[in-house]
Amino acid sequence: MFSYLTKRLLLMIPLIFGITLITFTVIHLAPGNPVEVQTEMSLKVTAQAKENLKKLYGLDKPLHVQYLNWITRFVKLDFGKSFVDGRKVLDKIAERIPITLTINILSMLIIFAIAIPIGILSATKQYSLFDKLSTVFVFVGFSTPTFWLALLLMILFGVNMGILPISGIQSIDVSEMGPFDRLLDWISHLILPVGISAFGGIAGLSRYSRSSMLEVIRQDYIKTARAKGLKESKVIFRHAFRNALMPIVTILGLSVPGLIGGGVIFETIFAIPGMGQLFYASTMARDYPTIMGILVIGAILTLFGNLIADISYALVDPRVRAKK
Amino acid sequence: MRLLWVIGKRFTRNKLSVIGAIVVFTLITISLLAPVIAPYDPTSIDVYNVLSPPDKAHILGTDELGRDLLSRIIWGSRVSLKVGFVAVGIAIMIGIILGSIAGFYGGRVDAILMRFVDIMLAFPTFFLILAVIAILEPNIFTIMAVIGVTGWMDVARLVRAEFLTLKERDFVDAARALGMRNKRLIVRHILPNALSPVFVAATFGVAGAILTESGLSFLGLGVQPPDPSWGNILTAGKDNIEIAWWLSLYPGLAILITVLSYNLVGEGLRDALDPRLWAVEEE
Repeated sequence: MFSYLTKRLLLMIPLIFGITLITFTVIHLAPGNPVEVQTEMSLKVTAQAKENLKKLYGLDKPLHVQYLNWITRFVKLDFGKSFVDGRKVLDKIAERIPITLTINILSMLIIFAIAIPIGILSATKQYSLFDKLSTVFVFVGFSTPTFWLALLLMILFGVNMGILPISGIQSIDVSEMGPFDRLLDWISHLILPVGISAFGGIAGLSRYSRSSMLEVIRQDYIKTARAKGLKESKVIFRHAFRNALMPIVTILGLSVPGLIGGGVIFETIFAIPGMGQLFYASTMARDYPTIMGILVIGAILTLFGNLIADISYALVDPRVRAKK
Repeated sequence: MRLLWVIGKRFTRNKLSVIGAIVVFTLITISLLAPVIAPYDPTSIDVYNVLSPPDKAHILGTDELGRDLLSRIIWGSRVSLKVGFVAVGIAIMIGIILGSIAGFYGGRVDAILMRFVDIMLAFPTFFLILAVIAILEPNIFTIMAVIGVTGWMDVARLVRAEFLTLKERDFVDAARALGMRNKRLIVRHILPNALSPVFVAATFGVAGAILTESGLSFLGLGVQPPDPSWGNILTAGKDNIEIAWWLSLYPGLAILITVLSYNLVGEGLRDALDPRLWAVEEE
């Protein structure tokens, strides 16, 4: 196990190098540079002042020097300062992560709590009415634009019924509330964003657990369990379910990129100050250091997510462990 | 020919997929005939009819500039269709080329190409698309190119996997023994046998590309007004959310129906093209 881990970690180094290279290339494909964007509104800026700004950001140096500078600082976890407000990129990202993470963890919990039972049930009762209905739900879930669903629910609960707030993560007068009201306020702001981000995930995971369960049910040891006269419930929950769960575990690790990258549109709709909104704002302002920082951090987290997925698979499946 | 017939028969067995296929053809017809069937000019402004709810003159109502919503949705379907097909076309081209090379030659070439796939897969795709489009100019061509260039990895993996098994088969040895060059062997003999998973991935890919385009246009990074696209109509819906529900409801419904149909067709194709499932049925 240990040597396997070391090998995997070493293999990640060239990948991370590739990620930084692609990020850097993509950003520098840009025609025009952030100095132009910053100064195009004011005619008074002289060519000399523009040159000074460029020098300040290091944009006057050749590309490979810029890359080397950037990567040396990156190794020290220094992503530079934002072009927009001069704050450290790492600080800007760090203050956004808790909000995005809270919403995503809550919606993950909902996804797992709802999707796995749906998947298991429709697999054990394949071709039943429930199975057919849940299949239809899965396809609708896959095909619904989440931001549209968000708009509809905002109209229904926010505008027509007026029972849920449609923007932000807290009310303006939150500081005057008692602790209980504050919790209620927080929950009412989170219901729609969490519910909507869970919606698509439920469709995906229930489909996945259904096919995983179907595969297991066809195995010989399930026939054996039935043949020796075990109760059906015991066959399903003791023998089939636990084996079907193994591939599902790995989904947790694989959903990491969705955890940080999925929310651009609905964070913008609900005015939630999370990672997605920060990224959107940064791209609109061509804030290169922040864009690069988020892209690289996002991609590296994904690599670690994959690693966790593989490790957890090895942990729950003795066959994989034995091979290593 | 007989094979095509078998596949067609298996496809029609799934009723939902057949409905999906019918809807897809209808939508393609509608978008081709947009100038004929749209009741109004999608960009003509009518200041006396701003945000009027659905009625006899405007079946789906009008938007914030008095433009007919139905006509805008009909013209918007052209955007979805173009983006869906061109973006997926680009993705498939890249995926097939890199996947065949990796699978056929193996070894170091394969290792390098597959690491490249891993790197591309590590990026949160929507972030990458957003960054590139904001840097370049947001318009329909950028969108098609960017969705294509960030979406080829699955196809590459599928094609590579097919090549890995196909290249061990006897007909490849036979072709080699006849002195055939690698390029011809790949393009004429192995590739046609490796294409069925690509068709399936392409159908799902069109659905995904349409969703992505609508999201980008919604964020203002796609098709720019006054040209209509389903995503940018929804932006108007969001801006008028308190007064004009029809601006939010109908364009989204159009997206849902379109994407759903492509997904259903993809599912039907997958079952129809999967030889493993044929075997199961014959048991």
